[in-house]
Amino acid sequence: MREYLMPSLGADMKDGRVVEWFVGPGDSVRRGDVVGVVDTAKGAIEMEIWEDATIEEIVAAPGTKVPVGEVLLRLGEPEGGAVEAAEAEPESPESLETPVEPASEVPPPRGPAEPQPPGPPASSAEEPISPAAPMPGLVRASPAARKRAHELGIDLAEVRGSGPDGAVVLEDVLAAGGPTPHITPLARRIAETHGLDLSSVKGTGPHGTITRDDVEPLVPEAAHRQEPEGRQRTMRDAIAAAMARSKREIPHYYLESIADMRRAEAWLAAENGTRPPETRILPVALLLKAVALSARDYPEVNGHWTEDGYRPASAVHVGLAVALRGGGLIAPALRDTDARPLDELSAAITDMVQRARAGRLRSSEMTDATLTVSSLGERGVETVIGVIYPPQVALVGFGRVVERPWAEDGLLGVRRTVSITLAGDHRVSDGHRGGLFLRRIAHLLAHPEEL
Amino acid sequence: MSQDDIRGTVLDVLRRVAPDVDVAGLDPAIDLREQADLDSVDILNLVVGLHQALGVDVPETDYDELTSVDRAVSYLASRINEQRG
Amino acid sequence: MSSAAGEGPVRTLTYREAVREALCEALREDDRVFLMGEDVGRYGGCYAVSKGMLEEFGEERIRDTPLSESAFVGAGIGAALGGMRPIVEVMTVNFSLLALDQIVNTAATLLHMSGGQFSVPLVVRMATGGGRQLAAQHSHSLEGWYAHIPGIKIVTPATLEDARGMLRTALEDPDPVLIFENVMLYNLEGTLAENAGAVPIEGARVLRSGEDVSLITYGGSLYKTLEAAEALQSEGVTADVIDLRSLRPLDDDTILASVRRTRRAVIVDEGWRTGSISAEIMARIGERLFWEMDAPIERVCSAEVPMPYARHLEEAALPSVPEIVAAAMRTQSRAG
Repeated sequence: MREYLMPSLGADMKDGRVVEWFVGPGDSVRRGDVVGVVDTAKGAIEMEIWEDATIEEIVAAPGTKVPVGEVLLRLGEPEGGAVEAAEAEPESPESLETPVEPASEVPPPRGPAEPQPPGPPASSAEEPISPAAPMPGLVRASPAARKRAHELGIDLAEVRGSGPDGAVVLEDVLAAGGPTPHITPLARRIAETHGLDLSSVKGTGPHGTITRDDVEPLVPEAAHRQEPEGRQRTMRDAIAAAMARSKREIPHYYLESIADMRRAEAWLAAENGTRPPETRILPVALLLKAVALSARDYPEVNGHWTEDGYRPASAVHVGLAVALRGGGLIAPALRDTDARPLDELSAAITDMVQRARAGRLRSSEMTDATLTVSSLGERGVETVIGVIYPPQVALVGFGRVVERPWAEDGLLGVRRTVSITLAGDHRVSDGHRGGLFLRRIAHLLAHPEEL
Repeated sequence: MSQDDIRGTVLDVLRRVAPDVDVAGLDPAIDLREQADLDSVDILNLVVGLHQALGVDVPETDYDELTSVDRAVSYLASRINEQRG
Repeated sequence: MSSAAGEGPVRTLTYREAVREALCEALREDDRVFLMGEDVGRYGGCYAVSKGMLEEFGEERIRDTPLSESAFVGAGIGAALGGMRPIVEVMTVNFSLLALDQIVNTAATLLHMSGGQFSVPLVVRMATGGGRQLAAQHSHSLEGWYAHIPGIKIVTPATLEDARGMLRTALEDPDPVLIFENVMLYNLEGTLAENAGAVPIEGARVLRSGEDVSLITYGGSLYKTLEAAEALQSEGVTADVIDLRSLRPLDDDTILASVRRTRRAVIVDEGWRTGSISAEIMARIGERLFWEMDAPIERVCSAEVPMPYARHLEEAALPSVPEIVAAAMRTQSRAG
């Protein structure tokens, strides 16, 4: 018997109160589905499940307070066990096993079959033009069909083609993707609450799964914005507790360094000039990546202070402090910040910030950040002197990019610069190493191509 | 596409980008960043949303054109005309 | 065949008459305009476009020239530089090759080589295309070649509105404009609004809307393509028919918007396939819409031979309605 336990959403979390379940006994869930909501000191967080399963029993009813690590749900085998296979689907699934298309489908090889009439030398372009025969084993499918099949996670070898020469075309894929898309429990709950028909909804999640993002736009406007009354209050209390603990327990020291942003900005402008909006890179992504890469070399700023002393983290998950409009603050983590390409990081930030503000963060994002960055953005102040978020041991602050007089090689000029500050935990690190850490960040910002 | 259609689209995209902002209550002539506390993440989301809804790719150098609803509408209208012409 | 845009009184006339009206109007309204070319005066133009104009406007403004394309196109460039608005008629596009140096090396380049000081407001009209049994030195479609050249505009009026309205706009353009009139269109009869006038010379036009395939064409092939679209409709296939109108600049937006919707394209071009404007259009669709296509792009072009004289061979060499229908059907999904 498998079990789903109360997740730990931060080192300081002792327990959580179950607010709501989106699943009931008999429901089937897939890895990554949101199954319910738990209220913690940090606010209400959506709980994701990390395996395919069928729900057998709800152990913790809504309203109960459950310690971290205690049982919430009992799970059974996933439906048919078929999902396992889908998960294990290799990158190029059909290529080896699928029989080659019947020979009759393949146009005859081009050759000088027809006698040419006498006259000027005819060009080979006179022969009827037809696309080359498909590679053996490769399914003949149009680009539009391939793209959509990839998005829907559909195996083209299993789709019957109705297009030219039996090619699979877009409509074939849409038809094949039709009948039984997986619907996440949350999406189903929203649909039920508002009486929505999901049969014509096109899923945009993995394997065509219908997710909340697909369903929410259908909900009548008036039904939105029913933020629970106490949410703001809970968050204020959580911030108060964490910040008071920080100032009570952590002997902060503060350092500041001014970095030249000329090259970073020029590099970013050039890079974004060639990109469509969807893949443009946010300035803050550059900052986060520079911090994350630097943190690899300075383990004393990347980790957690526990009862047993300092424990450096093995990966770099940078928490980004996101200010909520109208007050409040939340710092969800971007996992493996140092290892992700800038455009991917940027997309993750835009998505995460938007969800943080909509009160839709997921439990995986609330797992411990190892280091926090606070960037007050283009309308913020020039310098941020931060408060460390326990149990972390450092916070890096970025001010607004401003023009400052800049002396270099005996000459004075005006440069666009940014103030980088470090609030460090003196129990773990000292000013010298902290200064080197800041210098490394500034160096990376001056060499954006290394990011 | 009329100016009204463009305005409708801009407001829809804003609503999606910043669900926590009362879009209907915005003054179309006032800077969105000041008025609705939008930041660069929101602006990029807005640009992406407009790209998808209208097919207009707003380059970074033109982000300032989106700072108020009125300004965004007239800028997008001229860009749409340009693309047609 | 062509229909008048908008409402109001209309009249019936031929493509030839529409071109002549446009010429006469330009000559009447602007003293700087004159027409010159081989046989445009006393003979009335080899396709009878300028018949009667010598009598109305006199030898100063309707000028017969010696048989030297290089000389009279060059003279036109000089006149344009001198402040005139010359309309130079070249009897057929094949002969214009004798004036390539003037067109490509001089007319197209002077604005750039003078650092923007001298523009060349020259209009060159020429007949193009086959179908009249004029054989391999009078029947080719080389407008796609000219579309390769930056510095000139290439327009291909196919409708009465464009035959009537493009000349005026071309004359107002500060840069050289080459107008290609397909020889099979001169006798085309249709209705035109009484008040028809200048039309833009850039931008394609969608003459028929459908869902299943985009048929992209220009000039003399337009009517074959419209006929093919009609035939396709009875097969249950509806087509967009795009009249490009201008080959340089090409209206990418209109082409791409249509193909993005239909995901299938057939290009009909009376030029030869190799290195043609149809190849350029395919390339642009491929560059921009690769992931949105549902079938290989098809082309219907002229056979790659010098145009034959014999009628049945000439017909076989030119794009035909059945070929266009077949190409469009090849892009379609099979029933069931």
